[in-house]
Amino acid sequence: MTTVGIIDYGVGNLRSVANALNHVGAQPIISGDAETLMRCERIIFPGVGAFGHSMETLCERGLHQVVLDAVAVRKPLLAICVGMQMLFERSTEFGEHEGLSILSGGIGKFETADANGARLPNVNWLPILPAANPDGLAAKLLSRVTHRSRFYFDHSYHASSSNPHTTATSHYAGQPFAAAVGKGSVFAAQFHPEKSGPDGLNLLKAFVS
Amino acid sequence: MRIIARLDVKNDWVIKGIQMEGLRKVGAPVELATAYYEAGAHELVFMDAVASLYDRNTLFHIIEQACEKVFIPITIGGGLRTLEDVSSALFAGADKVAINTAAVKNLPLITEIANRFGSQCVIGSIEAKQQSDGSWQAYVDNGREPAGLDVLEWVQQLEAAGAGEILLTSVDRDGTCRGFDLELLTAVTAVTTRPLILSGGYGRAEHLQALSDCPELPGAIAVASAFHYNQATPREIVRTAESLGQMETAA
Repeated sequence: MTTVGIIDYGVGNLRSVANALNHVGAQPIISGDAETLMRCERIIFPGVGAFGHSMETLCERGLHQVVLDAVAVRKPLLAICVGMQMLFERSTEFGEHEGLSILSGGIGKFETADANGARLPNVNWLPILPAANPDGLAAKLLSRVTHRSRFYFDHSYHASSSNPHTTATSHYAGQPFAAAVGKGSVFAAQFHPEKSGPDGLNLLKAFVS
Repeated sequence: MRIIARLDVKNDWVIKGIQMEGLRKVGAPVELATAYYEAGAHELVFMDAVASLYDRNTLFHIIEQACEKVFIPITIGGGLRTLEDVSSALFAGADKVAINTAAVKNLPLITEIANRFGSQCVIGSIEAKQQSDGSWQAYVDNGREPAGLDVLEWVQQLEAAGAGEILLTSVDRDGTCRGFDLELLTAVTAVTTRPLILSGGYGRAEHLQALSDCPELPGAIAVASAFHYNQATPREIVRTAESLGQMETAA
């Protein structure tokens, strides 16, 4: 059974992630201890809530180092929602905040309803369109995505669909955005694979196989 | 548009009332939750039907179990009063909490929850009953007591306080399967920029069609009776909504 370390920095629905991993036959280990996490074969970097607050909490506990180390040793890493956003250089949510700068670029907000845009947050099940030639971990995880797949999104901020690391795109109220990004052994989803029913479980299954 | 299955729970049973009265046993919560998930529901909402009376929410153990086999977002509501209650709910496995009575008594609680856990986790829950002058009054304690608040004003306050979504239940239509309160939907849609979950009254496909005649579709519909009494399955409603162009089909 593949061991999957779930970074516990006090944020996110870790129980759901663990349940989903159990369901696809992996062994989830929820931990706030860097050594325990780095002993796992895979790492999941979850995240929910505000970018700035999440970064603060993550760094206070020194757990940002786990993310950096996993990337350095090419340990497969799956980042989810705000976890994905934190991989970038910065976000404009509630002021300017710095991210981990593992990926270049920033996180911005959808055009809001007052600007003739959308209701926020974007709480929807949406299809995603993988890029033409995904590589690395992204290729493996996106291989099962079809035009019928749907994933659960719940966010107001997003990475740009034209970011060089964007590996799958989606649209909300006519605005394209990055549904997933990837770089080598890192794959990050704006959506919640642990909350996207069978399509999400398939993606998690690919991650642990 | 999301299709949500709503389960009202009392003493470990899923129950259903009509216009929020006259509760009738329907089945076991975890079993039903799993069945609705497997039948294609996008999301589940568990409401503790008697929580306000006892001043606590007893659904946490149900959520814990449901979470093991249900991989869609779960919302819990009914009797959540404090930040600690919300924390416990989220720890038990809920993704979002629906707050009604506690917000009426203490609106800053919504802001506290949004600040600590994020706006996306807190749903402002409104039970709306139409008055003789055509306006809607907000109710608390499961449609029992008028809160002394006009729904259209109250929804704006909930949004300003930080609610990420609005759960709008029509007390008049609840359990009747007579169709949604479209006037209510239209009126509320016009005064908030948050996604709306419309609840109360779904009975058959024509009721979905009728939503397309409104200026804007709700973000989601919550269905209880039609599912509990086997009049439809979540998948059937999703398919009908797709054929009506109410679902995003292309990336």
